[in-house]
Amino acid sequence: MSTHAATAQPSYLVDTGTRKGLVAWLTTTDHKRIGLLYLYSMMTFFFVAVGIGFVMRLVQLTTFQKLITAQTYNALFTVHGVIMIFLFVVPGLPAIFGNFFLPILIGAKDVSFPRLNLASWYFFMAGAILAVLSLFTGGGAPDTGWTFYAPFSLKTGTNVSLAVFAAFILGFSSMLTGINFITTIHRLRAPGMQWFRMPLMCWALYSTAWIQLLATPILAITLALVILERFFGIGIFDPAKGGDPLLYQHLFWIYSHPAVYIMILPAMGAISEILPTFAKRPIFGYKAIAFSSMSIAGVGSLVWAHHMFTSGMSGTALMLFSLLTMIVAVPSAIKVFNWVSTLYKGSIDFQPPLLFALTFIFLFCIGGLTGVMQGALAINVHIHDTYFIVGHFHYVMFGGTGMALFAALLYWFPKMWGKMYSKKAIYLSWFPMFIGFNMLYFGMMILGMMGMPRRYYVHLPQFHTMHVITTVGSWFLILGLLMFFGALLYAIFKGEKAEDNPWGGVTLEWTIPSPPPLENFEEIPTITRGPYHFEQEGK
Amino acid sequence: MSEHAEHAAEHPGYGTFIRIWVILLILTGCLVGVSHLGQTAAVWGLLTLTPLKAGLVFYYFMHLKYEGPLLKIVVLVTLGTLLIFFALLFSDVAFR
Amino acid sequence: MTGHVHRDDFGARLGMWLFLVTEMVLFGGLFIGYSYMRYRYPAEFHHGGSELNATLGIINTLVLLTSSLTVVLAIVAIQRSEKKRAMACLGATLILGLTFLVIKAFEWGAKFHHGLYPNSPHLATLPPGEQVFYGLYFTMTGLHGVHVIVGLAVLGVMLWWVATDRVRQDRYVHLENSGLYWHLVDVIWIFLLPLFYLAA
Repeated sequence: MSTHAATAQPSYLVDTGTRKGLVAWLTTTDHKRIGLLYLYSMMTFFFVAVGIGFVMRLVQLTTFQKLITAQTYNALFTVHGVIMIFLFVVPGLPAIFGNFFLPILIGAKDVSFPRLNLASWYFFMAGAILAVLSLFTGGGAPDTGWTFYAPFSLKTGTNVSLAVFAAFILGFSSMLTGINFITTIHRLRAPGMQWFRMPLMCWALYSTAWIQLLATPILAITLALVILERFFGIGIFDPAKGGDPLLYQHLFWIYSHPAVYIMILPAMGAISEILPTFAKRPIFGYKAIAFSSMSIAGVGSLVWAHHMFTSGMSGTALMLFSLLTMIVAVPSAIKVFNWVSTLYKGSIDFQPPLLFALTFIFLFCIGGLTGVMQGALAINVHIHDTYFIVGHFHYVMFGGTGMALFAALLYWFPKMWGKMYSKKAIYLSWFPMFIGFNMLYFGMMILGMMGMPRRYYVHLPQFHTMHVITTVGSWFLILGLLMFFGALLYAIFKGEKAEDNPWGGVTLEWTIPSPPPLENFEEIPTITRGPYHFEQEGK
Repeated sequence: MSEHAEHAAEHPGYGTFIRIWVILLILTGCLVGVSHLGQTAAVWGLLTLTPLKAGLVFYYFMHLKYEGPLLKIVVLVTLGTLLIFFALLFSDVAFR
Repeated sequence: MTGHVHRDDFGARLGMWLFLVTEMVLFGGLFIGYSYMRYRYPAEFHHGGSELNATLGIINTLVLLTSSLTVVLAIVAIQRSEKKRAMACLGATLILGLTFLVIKAFEWGAKFHHGLYPNSPHLATLPPGEQVFYGLYFTMTGLHGVHVIVGLAVLGVMLWWVATDRVRQDRYVHLENSGLYWHLVDVIWIFLLPLFYLAA
């Protein structure tokens, strides 16, 4: 292998300072270690929320309703949503892989504000701990759903204030990360790393960071108003005092719809990294993908009210937002077509990351197209707040962002830990995961079409068969997840040593040793060409 | 790249900023005066004089005048986004 | 890590501006809420505005505008290595900021005295539009007040750093960034004045 032989710097995993062990990790300003801190903490929360989802499915096998009351069920779906959205899917890819790889991909030693970066992780953890605390203190776990809709969230006796405050702090963490990434991309690109020589992951992170800056504060102020309402009764969302719950919905979705793009854009970026490496060919339509990231960020911020089609908005707004919603499909489709074209006539090297990347494309297409369906007003009225919605957004969030996160993890795993996992075990885990996923979430979409409303504790007898199928699907899915992460955990401790460039990638992270040295590069590289330059290979 | 434009070689002096401050005081006076002329005049005053004052603070006090294009674009993108949020929200409120 | 010696003043300012972006959007959300409610309750907002003390609002505007000037003058002074003058300017800013808060406290105190505070029994007897007006008034001026307090704390630290030469002619980006924050607080007040005090 053409490694940079005999590097003077130790690996970032080795403690070099005066601090050792856990203390060294908790006080690190190294972007790679912070990325791993995020990874470990997020995966913990992810499995907690998966567990909650598992229990929720069990409740729908009515025999378990003796153990879980309706009130607990309300708390379960709220907490499942809050943890998954705010602690896993929204911050997931940017905080883990953005932190770890953004500086490496643009040829920098670290992000612009390393200490702020560590502070972001502490904000994240503070928010996470508060969210967990809200389950056990005050009037009990919040039961509003993750959307905290007013006026119920203003009136319920459960501990909404703390949960909302937790989301507020998590938003703060997200904004600080966004500030860091934008500044890093503007200021720390290596010499010769022009904008159009950046790997597409960087473009995705850049667009994501902008949405984080421009949308998250709206969530912050909205949640702050909910807290003020609960403590002081300021009345802005309270109809009894002249306030308007619709204003809450507007403000909430002004953030929370763009948040969907905060979740999916970095996932798309990761896929755009993985496909060229395994097709051994430059990405098709580099600029189209880069600009579609920016336009998804732009247009995606203007479609929020499609969550409110049955709320009693004006007809003008209904038509406007329906139109805008359809338009977002265009840049998303541009990406999908470019990915598929990248594979066309490539010399495909079929490896686990590619398998998961293709899974992403498949599941994301289902999620995306059902999204366009819901953009149509008439259909939306029929399926609003049914299991169809739940199935749809799990296809996008889990089938999209989740699978991309797994693909990215598989792709960069050898670089991050310098170990290689068992490919056989990963392939094996894919089958139950894929089958279970589709049983669970496609089943939910069918249930929704049949008329099963979301968030209901009980269901009518005619829905029971489908509920059984989806619940069994959830078991397969969880089995797959356990196998997947079991294989990776095993590899971290007992895996074979990985090569510096196991996949034959050509972006900067594959030019440095695995695991990367403390300051990434012996010498900051000078860039003379685009990111996906495969010389003669596969010709 | 233009974003690498550092501070201009020579910094503006005390005089520039004091002049801007005087203009800001005068504009505040105008705003208060206009608000006594009736509802329409008050709203127009609000819509024109207030952004003008804010613009002066941004442009001079916050040194945007002396920065490269990047920071100006950042501010414009932010204001543009807010304006679009506002317009889309009013597509609901104004036609309900 | 010890390796990072290089300093990127523009990067620092860019980071600060991006932070200000989030502040602008934060208040922007409230301004959007304000216009939503004002559109629904024009008469009530008109009446609510006439209940506020416009004189105090105008005085506070002058106070904040002047404090903005003194911050920017402090930067000019630092650029010219006039340490004493810079400290005097920053000191003046701190005093003006405190003046603003004192006036604000009197204003709020008078409102409370008249039974006008969120959730008060008196407020509940007013028409819904006016309740919302006061809800927004207390939220927006309150949040602004919090920002004034934070700004004063930051500028206090800057005064200390100028005194101890941590901020000096060749290294003053921290002062610049603190100044940016203070100006933004000023800009927000520029908008609050006509929206509330001159709404009548």
